[in-house]
Amino acid sequence: MVHKSFLDRIALFGRSGLDIIESMGRSLIFLWHVLIGRGGAGTGLHLLVKQLYSVGVLSLAIIIVSGLFIGMVLALQGYSILVDFGSEQAVGQMVALTLLRELGPVVTALLFAGRAGSALTAEIGNMKSTEQLSSLEMIGVDPLKYIIAPRLWAGFISMPLLAAIFSVVGIWGGAMVAVDWLGVYEGSYWGNMINSVDFYDDVLNGVIKSVVFAFVVTWVAVYQGYDCEPTSEGISRATTRTVVYASLAVLGLDFILTALMFGDF
Amino acid sequence: MSADDAFAVELKGVTFKRGSRKIFDNVDIRFRRGKVTGVMGPSGCGKTTLLRLMAAQLKPDKGEVWVNGQNLPSLSRSDLFDMRKQFGVLFQSGALFTDLNVFENVAFPLRVHTKLPEEMIRDIVLMKLQAVGLRGAIDLMPDELSGGMKRRVALARAIALDPDILLYDEPFVGQDPIAKGVLVRLIRLLNDALGITSVVVSHDLAETASISDYLYVVGDGQVLGQGTPDQLMNSENPRIQQFMQGNPDGPVPFHFDAPDYRDDLLGGR
Repeated sequence: MVHKSFLDRIALFGRSGLDIIESMGRSLIFLWHVLIGRGGAGTGLHLLVKQLYSVGVLSLAIIIVSGLFIGMVLALQGYSILVDFGSEQAVGQMVALTLLRELGPVVTALLFAGRAGSALTAEIGNMKSTEQLSSLEMIGVDPLKYIIAPRLWAGFISMPLLAAIFSVVGIWGGAMVAVDWLGVYEGSYWGNMINSVDFYDDVLNGVIKSVVFAFVVTWVAVYQGYDCEPTSEGISRATTRTVVYASLAVLGLDFILTALMFGDF
Repeated sequence: MSADDAFAVELKGVTFKRGSRKIFDNVDIRFRRGKVTGVMGPSGCGKTTLLRLMAAQLKPDKGEVWVNGQNLPSLSRSDLFDMRKQFGVLFQSGALFTDLNVFENVAFPLRVHTKLPEEMIRDIVLMKLQAVGLRGAIDLMPDELSGGMKRRVALARAIALDPDILLYDEPFVGQDPIAKGVLVRLIRLLNDALGITSVVVSHDLAETASISDYLYVVGDGQVLGQGTPDQLMNSENPRIQQFMQGNPDGPVPFHFDAPDYRDDLLGGR
């Protein structure tokens, strides 16, 4: 009996592995159809603009508020450490590099997964459960082109822009705390920042990171919605999976990208 | 090899499985052009699956599905989307687009598949809504409609492109007697007025039998019987009789498979 149970567990483990590989394969085929398949009826720029508003513009509030507070906290923490070494004039450089290289792309991606990603999954899952996706198919409109593609492109386009806004607002928040409150000389704050931030090493690498994160987070979100079980519980599980998978993927990819971009090997 | 021209849709030797369970096992079903054909059977017997096979939303494990001379399982994804313009489908839930009002829902197929001017689209939408008696609801959103009204709007949308074949998935479920009467009348009327082929998948015996020219009864992955409503009413097949008479017990048992009742009750002692 124990022997059988052990074999059962191995079989279960194997089945789980196969399920994961199958799901990854399905998601790749899904992505292929969304990006490469022909345009077909019902596709157009107006759908993308609508989604850019829903995915991008409606995420602005949380990105701006978060960016502001994170910049302010960075300035406070940085100042309290640097002042011990008499280097508080370097706080602007520290805030800018931290935001441009790391926190801008990463925190934006995490916030985006929580706000827009989960909303995308729930919306698409709900369309599936109310047979709206089937209905589109029967009208001769490919839901991958009409529903999924505009949302995917809206995510790709809007998230790097949101990350840029996050970093800019964060740097401005840092200046409010460091310059206006803690009394760091304004010229040092901005001057050190301008001298130390390199366009290719810091700004461009940050942009590359946010483009990669945008791709992964939006892909996970739309795929989970499209592939979910069309029940309330299924949608709920898919929404949770979007946030968990997207966040873990962002953090894992961030390490890999950082190692490739800044690792000295 | 192509489908007989007298039949708009033909399923030949179709087998379809979910996991290891056979939903259909080598079934042959044909739907005569210009007629209303009912597909009946107990809940869970695969009626909606049959509809999805006909619309190529599911692919059979074996067999052929011919629609107007095209074998659907052999079509490419893009050809399938073109072919589906020949279909109108009334889903069980209506499946209206929740972000569009009644007018935009009905206008949707016209907007994506035609380049008609706006005035003409408006006229066509008004005509379709007039046909289902809901011209006055043109500005309402789907969440402002009753269940019966949603299905009528969905029906107006399904006929917007004047399809050859109309598929109805459980059109009478959850409807009050008046709404049922309206739908029964509309299905027959639209079929005769537009000369289309209608397939009604339902387990509502009286309503389906009253409008169907021909009926199929399916169950256990097979076609249990077929014929005109009168022929099936007089069938001597006990399974068909049980279904047509609505008997709670018979070849389809009232009790789900279970161990002996006495043993089960005394099992703990």
